Amino acid sequence: MTFWIIQLFNGLSFAMLLFLLAAGLSVVFGVMKVINLAHGSFYLIGGYVALSVLSATGSFLLAAAAAVLAGASVAAVLQTAFLRRFYDNELAQVLLTFGFLFIIADLCLVVWGGNPQALPKPALLAGSVVFGEIVIPVYRLFVTAVGLLFAGALWLLFEKTRWGAMARAAVDDPEMCRGLGVNVPVLCTSVFVAGAALAAFGGFMGGSFVGVYPGADFEILLYSFVVVIIGGLGSLPGAFVGSLIVGLLDNFGKALFPELSLFTIFAPMALLLAVKPTGLFGK
Amino acid sequence: MTWIRAGAVFLLLVSLAVVPWLLSPYDVGILVQVMIYAIFAMSLDLLLGYTGLPSLGHAAYFGLAGYAVALISTKLWTGAALAPLVVAGLAVTGAAGIFFALLALRTHGVYFLMITLALAQVLWGIAFKWRSLTGGDDGLPGIRRPELAFGLSLADPTIFYFAVLLAFVLITAFLHVLVRSPFGLALKGIRDSESRMLALGYNVWLHKLIIFVLAALMAGIAGMLFTFYNHFVSPSDLSLVLSAKVLLMVTLGGAGTLYGPILGAFAIVMLENMLSAWTERWLLLLGLLYVASVTWAPNGIVGFLAGRPGAQD
Repeated sequence: MTFWIIQLFNGLSFAMLLFLLAAGLSVVFGVMKVINLAHGSFYLIGGYVALSVLSATGSFLLAAAAAVLAGASVAAVLQTAFLRRFYDNELAQVLLTFGFLFIIADLCLVVWGGNPQALPKPALLAGSVVFGEIVIPVYRLFVTAVGLLFAGALWLLFEKTRWGAMARAAVDDPEMCRGLGVNVPVLCTSVFVAGAALAAFGGFMGGSFVGVYPGADFEILLYSFVVVIIGGLGSLPGAFVGSLIVGLLDNFGKALFPELSLFTIFAPMALLLAVKPTGLFGK
Repeated sequence: MTWIRAGAVFLLLVSLAVVPWLLSPYDVGILVQVMIYAIFAMSLDLLLGYTGLPSLGHAAYFGLAGYAVALISTKLWTGAALAPLVVAGLAVTGAAGIFFALLALRTHGVYFLMITLALAQVLWGIAFKWRSLTGGDDGLPGIRRPELAFGLSLADPTIFYFAVLLAFVLITAFLHVLVRSPFGLALKGIRDSESRMLALGYNVWLHKLIIFVLAALMAGIAGMLFTFYNHFVSPSDLSLVLSAKVLLMVTLGGAGTLYGPILGAFAIVMLENMLSAWTERWLLLLGLLYVASVTWAPNGIVGFLAGRPGAQD
């Protein structure tokens, strides 16, 4: 029983980190129909920038702000200077974002080196909560809480604000949305930058327990893809449910069947694709 | 014009036939890589360029065939000859191709990209994590090149070169015929307007299924040759990186043309070898190449040379 409870909390915290990453990927796809293979790179940028700022200033707030800002600015350049020119050409977008995946990975390698690094945890969140035999790190609980908070905030943003309504309209029918006077290109850029900022924030949060290292961009990308494929492309609730499924499956898979750990998330995904190609919440 | 073209092809074949005696073993090795990647890229072009099916998981069949011959020849039947290995490799690849096609062909466009990517990742995940069978990310080393008849063996580099050359020429000739056949023209019709082909009474789904499996088998041939060439197979032969690389070869050379992917494979293999010898930052340069090719040569080298947008063979 102890094992199950501890693994459940580990899985939940990983799921909430995945949500921060997959939400952006999914909504960007929904609004722009872009498969962004460079999405994991924003995680890498966020993690590394946070690391540098933290060691220079010692402030976690500054580190988080710098990480978000760095991810958002790189995304703004990528979107306005390159991606925007290839609207509706998914193959060009795939190759382009894959190129940026390589470029960003190599630049990070030059700047931050090849050794895996981990962000220190704030002293406030360093300990563990103990219930009898069950020991759960406070930081894991914190990540779970932050993930839930962001899920709620994003839901409000999408369902209750004008910007969210415009984004949802662009998902459903971009042409009609244009016709109603929404500046869709500007909307696209704002969605893309917001998604990247979220992923960079994920790099800051995940830097303490997943770590930042060369190849993390790729791993994060794969996990996020499984989440959005299971949840359904373009759906925020889908990203949330998908994150929970993938986070828990991955954690229990790793603990119970180490040799099949990736298979335990990829196989349900393939199965779901066979039954419902658009994912759980996709249209 | 056709005579000039025939002469050029003849000259190219003659020079390819004398290459082992003119170039260094290292350069012959590069040429072998170019031809193997060319077969691989042409197989993807059948889907992408001729039928309009953008697969982002084409490494699945390349790597799967490689793992099939590697596992059989190292664990199941150590003295296996070439023919049974190739038959087994193609059977596995063909079965996977049919199964994946049944799933992927239910979708269109960008969803097709995602599903092919996802299916390839399933295989990659198995190869990466199932250590006791696949060796995990260490891969399977020590794969022997099989014996041929009459005391010949693929272990001899010159014989291996000619085996790859033979496969390359036969497959190119086959594709030359295929894309001009009624079946090939129907594929182009599906690419340009699927609804019109449906209205004309074509079984679009069956055409797609056949070409999907054929492309998988061709990629499998390339994968087996590559495994024998390296004496090694690893998860990178199934990876998204390889799928994207072969996609770049096709688009850089010119999708929807028969010779574009060959040019693309040649360009990428040469660049990769030159750049990695010259600088440690070749990953950065490869990334820039992706960006540059999409930005400045959207129709590929062939399209660029022909000077007209969307030049089709």
